[in-house]
Amino acid sequence: MRDLFSIFLAIIGSFLVLYIILPIALMISLQLLDLNSLLNALGDELVLSSLANSILTSTATMLIALLFGVPLGYLLARTDFYGKSFVQAIIDLPVVIPHSVVGIMLLLAFSNAILDNYIGIIAAMLFVSASFTVNSARDGFAAIEEKVEFVARTLGASRLKAFFTVSLPLAMHSILTGAIMTWARAMSEVGAILIVAYYPKTAQVLVMDYFNNYGLNSAKPIAVILILLSLGLFVILRRVSIAKG
Amino acid sequence: MLRVENLSKSWKNFRFEGVSFEVKHGEYFIILGPSGAGKTMLLETIAGIFKPESGKILLEGKDITHLPPEKRKIAYIPQNYGLFPHLNTFENIAYGLRLRKYPIEEIQKEVYGVAEVLEISNLLGRDVKTLSGGEQQRVAIARALVLKPRLILLDEPFSSVDPNMRGRLMREMKRWRRELGFTAIHVTHSFEEAMFLGDRVGVMIGGKLEQVGEIGHVFSKPKNEMVARFLGHENVFEGQANGNTVEVGGLKIEISRTARGKIKIVIPPESILISKEKTTSSARNNFKASIQSFEDMGTIVKLGLRAGGLNFSAYITKASFIDMHLSEGEEVFISFKATSVHVFD
Repeated sequence: MRDLFSIFLAIIGSFLVLYIILPIALMISLQLLDLNSLLNALGDELVLSSLANSILTSTATMLIALLFGVPLGYLLARTDFYGKSFVQAIIDLPVVIPHSVVGIMLLLAFSNAILDNYIGIIAAMLFVSASFTVNSARDGFAAIEEKVEFVARTLGASRLKAFFTVSLPLAMHSILTGAIMTWARAMSEVGAILIVAYYPKTAQVLVMDYFNNYGLNSAKPIAVILILLSLGLFVILRRVSIAKG
Repeated sequence: MLRVENLSKSWKNFRFEGVSFEVKHGEYFIILGPSGAGKTMLLETIAGIFKPESGKILLEGKDITHLPPEKRKIAYIPQNYGLFPHLNTFENIAYGLRLRKYPIEEIQKEVYGVAEVLEISNLLGRDVKTLSGGEQQRVAIARALVLKPRLILLDEPFSSVDPNMRGRLMREMKRWRRELGFTAIHVTHSFEEAMFLGDRVGVMIGGKLEQVGEIGHVFSKPKNEMVARFLGHENVFEGQANGNTVEVGGLKIEISRTARGKIKIVIPPESILISKEKTTSSARNNFKASIQSFEDMGTIVKLGLRAGGLNFSAYITKASFIDMHLSEGEEVFISFKATSVHVFD
């Protein structure tokens, strides 16, 4: 392990790690030196309501993704059907579309129904983040040996019962991981939301607002709050995967 | 109790066709065949997991061909046992009872009862992922038997336990069967399991059930060359029959019935006697042979012999092998009775 080649790889590889750590660490530590502005931001009604909006819409997005994504994931894992790879490609498609374009497409398709309202925020979030839940659910179900489901059936379970008593509990960890990823992706969505629903104000849009109107220093406290929220969630996610995996 | 009529199915690389057999009440029926013979898929079709393309499955006289697995009361234990990893041992065994909404006292009574017979009472609180192969198998059997299924299907039940455990589990299986009285179909590629456990056997090769019968009968009288070769019979020859002799490889072999034309015969290696002197009994086929090879198999020695244009296999005890001072290239005589020569139809 400790050969020259590994050391060489470690030196090269550390660039990306440091590159990601540096801005995060810098921003958080700068903010810690300036606790007052952080506390001010936390007392700012607009900041609080925008945070509430972000959390609310992200959670709604996650639940909708679960409701529609888990059955689809099971279908993709367990059955072969004509056009399956097409369906799979469609699910993965939003990842490659620029998010501003997503916003414009959604506006074109649903116009006033989603313009500047909660539904619009959720619509934008769902479009860009649902694939995480579908794909994790699919992988979770695919990892279960089909014979285990067969056995459940011979023990008296209908397909539905076998799904709820065996497949779902066994895939739950993977599904939850995907759902948290969906939630996190929804929280971090800006581009599509900017176009579809500038209001009600979400925290990620507010950061941009403050930056555009008042500059870096005003945007920083909200940015730090968002980063801490995301980091906290990330830690929980890793805990869950380590505990179950 | 179970009748399978002309059942066929093909899926991906697996297939079986025209499979017909019957299992009697309380019987332990073995389906014996090499891997890839379609045995597992046949079991899963009987269990209801696969739909056959044609044919019928009748259980106690009722056509169950189109019944879903949960309505068949047929238990299935796959090769790796298919335990539910998210449930502990107790909950695995209780699974079917819970589905049937038994009251908890009854579930406990039934689970404890079956666990006692299978000697896994001390494992009930354990996480099934921590159980050994043999323990997992017992749990899987308990989970199936607690529901008192009409029939239990076992796919290679001893393939993932170590050889020492295997012998013990096979003996145990006999006991469980005595105590719990179930009807079983057991799929395996092992003759040992078939011999030890089976009442009757069906030999399945290349998706076809080639021969069904009493174990002893199938082993001593294989229906065709394919079955004979699979059952490990050596000395399978093709020759020209003329009355009650067969000309093969320059030898005239006496058989115990009359036949004409091209036929195949098998001479079980254990029916061949080796001697240094020519034996004179008229009931025997007697040929001069030379020892080509020998293989020490512990208490017996397997000989490879050449007589005329034929290669024979024969067994001899190690004691006689040493007494007779046999070695490679040695000339000996081989003899076997006409009645030991099995002729294929």
